[in-house]
Amino acid sequence: MSLITADHICVRFDGNEVLHDVSLQIVPGEIVTILGPNGSGKSTLLRALLGILPLTGGRILRQADLRIGYVPQRLMIDRTMPITVRRFLSLPVRVTDAAATETLARVGMAGHGADQMTSLSGGQLQRVLLARALLGKPQVLMLDEPTQGLDQLGEASFYRLIEEVRRDTGAAIVMISHDLHVVMAASDRVICLNGHICCEGTPRVVSTAPEYRALFGPGTQGALALYRHEHDHGHDHHEHDHDHA
Amino acid sequence: MTTGMTTTSMTMTMLDDFLVRAGLAAVGLSLATGPLGAFVVWRRMAYFGDATAHAAVLGVALALATDLPIGLGTLVVALAMAVTVAGLSARGWAMDTTLGVLAHSALAFGLVAVSFIPNVRTDLSAYLFGDILAVTRTDLALVWLGGLGVVALLVWRWQALLTATLSEDLAHAAGLRPDRERLVLVLALAVVVAVALKVVGALLIAAMLIIPAATARGMARTPETMALGAVALGAVAGLGGLALSLWQDTPTGPSIIVVAAVLFALSTLRARA
Repeated sequence: MSLITADHICVRFDGNEVLHDVSLQIVPGEIVTILGPNGSGKSTLLRALLGILPLTGGRILRQADLRIGYVPQRLMIDRTMPITVRRFLSLPVRVTDAAATETLARVGMAGHGADQMTSLSGGQLQRVLLARALLGKPQVLMLDEPTQGLDQLGEASFYRLIEEVRRDTGAAIVMISHDLHVVMAASDRVICLNGHICCEGTPRVVSTAPEYRALFGPGTQGALALYRHEHDHGHDHHEHDHDHA
Repeated sequence: MTTGMTTTSMTMTMLDDFLVRAGLAAVGLSLATGPLGAFVVWRRMAYFGDATAHAAVLGVALALATDLPIGLGTLVVALAMAVTVAGLSARGWAMDTTLGVLAHSALAFGLVAVSFIPNVRTDLSAYLFGDILAVTRTDLALVWLGGLGVVALLVWRWQALLTATLSEDLAHAAGLRPDRERLVLVLALAVVVAVALKVVGALLIAAMLIIPAATARGMARTPETMALGAVALGAVAGLGGLALSLWQDTPTGPSIIVVAAVLFALSTLRARA
């Protein structure tokens, strides 16, 4: 039984079709990673699934009263706003001190409740954002490049944390990532996106698919080569003037 | 019952004193400008406040020309301006320039329109700089009604407003409607402009919103303490400005802002020390 179903959805910005005919399903307990070059519509897809963006075609079905936790790519907090980590966790739904303390400990941020949000490092902020999302007891957790700005060690421990969340809560996890080798290890299913779904399946299936190789370059055996991919490939040329990340 | 009667009549007598009315008006206004001012600072809406406040002068002209109550005319025009600006910003116009054009045009049109109305020229400074010492019982009732109304609205929407201010995406993902929360602030701003006109005047309403909130920023660790601090500082500035105005016979609106600005300067000195 699927939690979220996208049924042939299309999204346009200023006349540019950013997403074309995308269909997918999210089922409980799976880790799905959306992969694709810059401007391929990854963030757009996530925001559409969250209901933030209006669709120009297709439809999205969500299970009734579905609880979604969202960890945005980044959060710029204006320095004029004083707000502690503890206070932030109670937005928009107030949580008890016990729940806040427990969840902060779980994401490795025990004792940081009184810190100002603007004083956190990139990695700490990601963990607080994750804690806030977890406090809503999500059935689906959506993360937009959650490890951006983290070093490799931080990245690895963050993915371990995600893995634990899935194990402990049974939540489905949908994330966007650039880090191909980590993704391949941590995901049940990979969706390759470039305006449309190029290919999808288990990491093993996807990594041998010709569409994936076209998207991420020929040297898919070596992890390093994956970073040097060409952005335009054999599909119809998509102009993406705006990066809606 | 007799003691009750006595208390009531004592209150009534107190309200006969123009100074008591002025002081109460200043405090009533700061109840609303404190929390609203915090949002104006957080969301960088300073110019937005200016545009709405300046439009109030046009509202005065309209009210005088049509024999409507000044408060109503101000409210309607301020609301129209605030909704226009909010609509333009949602469409992604170059806000700095657009707001600059709107804020100053509204003021200029208002001043020209008022000049057509006989017997108002002399009172004009009252609308520009406030005339808190001339606050009537009706004015006072409107200030408190508007002030408490704005406080009630902000308290009701507080969690949603804060979330939407931090991140519209987070608000959306939580099932909130950021555009609706924006409208709440727009409405609150128009009400504050309408009730603040008599107290600090159209030119300085935005200052009354921004300066106490900016002062409270340095002392606060949470949004709530900043908003409450802004209420307290606004009230101190209001009463202090009133005293300054009586003592030195200075215009009250500017006097209130002078006190607020001095408090701000002192708070930055303290932060550096």
